[in-house]
Amino acid sequence: MADSDTVCVDFQTDPSRYKHWKLSFDGPVATLAMDVREDGGLRPGYELKLNSYDLGVDVELYDAVQRLRFEHPEVGAVVITSGKERVFCAGANIRMLSQSPHAFKVNFCKFTNETRNAIEDATVGSRQVYLTAVNGPCAGGGYELALATDWIIMADDGNTAVSLPEVPLLAVLPGTGGLTRLVDKRHVRRDRADFFCTTEEGVRGKRAAEWGLVDEVVPRSRLAEVVRARARELAARTDRPATAPGFRLLPLERTIADDAVRYRHVACELDRTRGIAWITVTAPAASPPNGAPGVHAQGSTFWPLALARELDDLVLHLRTNEAEVGVWVFKTAGRADLVEAYDRLLADHRDDWLVREIRLYWKRTLKRLDVTSRSMFALVEPGSCFVGTLLELALAADRSYMLDGTRRGERLPLATVRLTEANFGAYPMPNGLTRIANRHLAEPARVEKLRARLGEDLDARAAAEAGLVTFTPDDIDWDDEVRQALEARAAFSPDALTGMEASLRFGGPETLETKIFGRLSAWQNWVFQRPNAAGPKGALVVYGTGQRSEFDRRRV
Amino acid sequence: MASIDYTERIPNNVNLGEDRRLQRALEEWQPKFLEWWRDMGPHGFQATEVYLRTAVSVDPQGWAQFGYVRMPEYRWGIFLAEPEAARVIPFGDHKGRPVWQDVPGEYRGVLRRLIVTQGDTEPASVEQQRHLGRTCPSLYDLRNLFQVNVEEGRHLWAMVYLLDAYFGRDGREESEGLLERRAGDEDKPRILGAFNEKTPDWLSYLMFTFFTDRDGKYQLASLAESGFDPLARTCRFMLTEEAHHMFVGETGVGRVVQRTCELMRERKTDDVRRHGAIDLPTLQKYLNFHYSVSLDLFGSEISTNAANFYTMSLKGRFEETKKNDDHRLQDATYPVTEQDGETMTVREQPALQSLNERLRDDYIVDCQRGLDRWNRIIKEHGIDFEFRLPHRAFHRKIGTFADVRVSPEGRLLTEAEWGPKKRQWLPTPEDEAYVQSLMQPVTERGTFATWIAPPARGVNSQPVDFDYVRLA
Repeated sequence: MADSDTVCVDFQTDPSRYKHWKLSFDGPVATLAMDVREDGGLRPGYELKLNSYDLGVDVELYDAVQRLRFEHPEVGAVVITSGKERVFCAGANIRMLSQSPHAFKVNFCKFTNETRNAIEDATVGSRQVYLTAVNGPCAGGGYELALATDWIIMADDGNTAVSLPEVPLLAVLPGTGGLTRLVDKRHVRRDRADFFCTTEEGVRGKRAAEWGLVDEVVPRSRLAEVVRARARELAARTDRPATAPGFRLLPLERTIADDAVRYRHVACELDRTRGIAWITVTAPAASPPNGAPGVHAQGSTFWPLALARELDDLVLHLRTNEAEVGVWVFKTAGRADLVEAYDRLLADHRDDWLVREIRLYWKRTLKRLDVTSRSMFALVEPGSCFVGTLLELALAADRSYMLDGTRRGERLPLATVRLTEANFGAYPMPNGLTRIANRHLAEPARVEKLRARLGEDLDARAAAEAGLVTFTPDDIDWDDEVRQALEARAAFSPDALTGMEASLRFGGPETLETKIFGRLSAWQNWVFQRPNAAGPKGALVVYGTGQRSEFDRRRV
Repeated sequence: MASIDYTERIPNNVNLGEDRRLQRALEEWQPKFLEWWRDMGPHGFQATEVYLRTAVSVDPQGWAQFGYVRMPEYRWGIFLAEPEAARVIPFGDHKGRPVWQDVPGEYRGVLRRLIVTQGDTEPASVEQQRHLGRTCPSLYDLRNLFQVNVEEGRHLWAMVYLLDAYFGRDGREESEGLLERRAGDEDKPRILGAFNEKTPDWLSYLMFTFFTDRDGKYQLASLAESGFDPLARTCRFMLTEEAHHMFVGETGVGRVVQRTCELMRERKTDDVRRHGAIDLPTLQKYLNFHYSVSLDLFGSEISTNAANFYTMSLKGRFEETKKNDDHRLQDATYPVTEQDGETMTVREQPALQSLNERLRDDYIVDCQRGLDRWNRIIKEHGIDFEFRLPHRAFHRKIGTFADVRVSPEGRLLTEAEWGPKKRQWLPTPEDEAYVQSLMQPVTERGTFATWIAPPARGVNSQPVDFDYVRLA
């Protein structure tokens, strides 16, 4: 990314620093009002008019969604609305998009998609239901944000409409799952969806409700009242504790140096010459606290939560700010038994709201890895702790190497991996399968066999036999094998690798999520590159100049 | 309306008698229009006979036929200016090609939106003014109000004609939408802000007619250049009627000024309120308000929409064909006033995106001409006072100045400075209450309220004390 040198995007923020969102609370209902500051863009060169957004706006949204789950157990429903009088949201800022390099656009869409998915996960997983109060024109990414929520209420005032004007206006596609959610989530009839997606001004009033584009339309004067009532109803169905104390997600302990990013439990060393990030995750230093109350007492310093936040931040940081680091190598270090003990604690108290949140958070963070356009390798070495939750890192990798035996002269224990309950359903991939099932599509029965081996130390031979690792060189071959694998990887075309990895990672069924990411990577990113959108006379480029785009009329 | 005699009931030059599509549409729409007129048209005067002008054709004899008519029986007609032979598109990407007689599919949505936005303003002002009849300052003024009202109604018909004749089912739905929205209604507001403001008194009405209707003139003039010929011709004919509305505003305010100046001379005082007139500083405040609200109607200084409309050859500039340039504006620039830190500055911006601002500039020049005439009245009375148009950034809610406080002279102010000064620049509740207190009906022939002078002449060569409205 050309301009990553000038602006390093930071994904950490907190409500006291929000520029674009206003968070308010009324008992079990929270309201997240979008009120984008026009001059608050992440980069110069565009104004965020009409509640249009850039990555900075979405970083705040993501933060808010996270904090609502963790810091507000009492909240059972969240209303997304606009803080502006005349408009709900105009979608992603077009000038920002047209002046951004391709890689930035793709990465921006990926992150915004993950946040929309996180909103759906809150509704389903966290039992914190999202609904949208559309109180003004709601276009493109604005409508896609609404589509991610569970219930859409729109003002019927003759002016407010929902629309996906990307095709007629910009010659691109909705970038955050709009097309897929229309037909696949809301089951809008395909011919109506076709009309809707080619009509710049969108659909308003009764027709929007009839077609299933929104769930209800109400007179503007009744919007607030209806939304409040609906939010209360939805909030009443939650199983989240109404009175449990929340806690603060404390700022991360993080240092960003030239060639390293370090957190409390994660260290990332950057080898820019070879384009490799060496990521080491460390096990907890002490035994887990006592039961759910112990987890609550530790709050955001509780190891699994702290680690998830650090990994999450690192993934986002590397994706956005280190585009040329194409290979991520995961290692772990520390005591396997402690990692297992933490997994057990999480499993035993999975019904506790906070524990549930932590496991959901791990699920989402691991999913980020699944859709990351970087080659990922895992190295399982003596002294490592690829156990349960941490073993998922190796299972998410495109390839893994496990050292067979020990290294000469080293006094570390033999490299082993260990399965826990967490590997069998806590962290499904975007395709809905566990990572273990996803790699054993040929022999589904092996998954059940593996379940019988929970807690067992699997050495290199056993792990290879079980299909959990790729190669198991011994200490004589190790250095060369690993080096050559990394060098070979670094030599391939990054584009080809991205496409190949994304194709191979997801066997098995399609889900809403795989469709969204798959179509984003294929169709949207293709259209984004084509001259009809991005050429000198492409629609995205001439947008706002008043000039007409010129299309190459040949169908591809 | 099963038995419409089309040429008699609905005067037209669009061959309505033979256009089945249009007949079907209007047969459904006309009863709804009449219902709307009864609900939202002038309150309390539906059965009153009014001396009105009706257009029965577009030729010089036909466009102004005078006679008494009850407003619900007014013959709202559909007229397009005569076609111009071999007219070509005067601007934009399609410049030089023959004008479109049918809607280009590519621009269907945009064109419909443009027509709906324009059309929405027409019934809006009727709604805003519906209670004014009760407090008319004279029969002459009452008649002018109703003339303006029925003509706004006709302009609505004109836009509905375009929607019904050219946009199929969508167009018919939009036609109904025009009758469903209501000025100032929270649930179904009119599309543009100024058309949801109240017109609580006759001074506001006269100011509205001068300033806000003048925006309409400029919008219509830009649409009259359109490559879509039926729109262009419709707007050209509407402009002739719009001119009368502005005449009502300009002479109306002028007569208020006249009355005030006369009293100042006769009574040798500035305190004309004691004599039931409206002092010049108060008039300036009303002027400030209506001017600034009307400036907002032109939209953002830099506008992608305006640029697109132009490139698409749908909406041109004021007097497009009289301008001597390439009529494409791809590389041209235009000076736009902007805020630069603590001061105002003028920067060259791409001309295409600055079309709203250019139209606003044309409008400002035209407003100034009206002010000059009012100032001449003041000067003739030997009074040392001059109306001034406030700075374009004053009291704006749309565009680059929406979030700043600016004095009428164009100085940027802090919120703290603005607060106390505001009372000097915009009508205060006390001013409004005073003006309201003057709103007593005067319905005796040839008599005028204390705050407004009689006109120089009557309507259609009739005397000033003519029975313009036959009140029971």
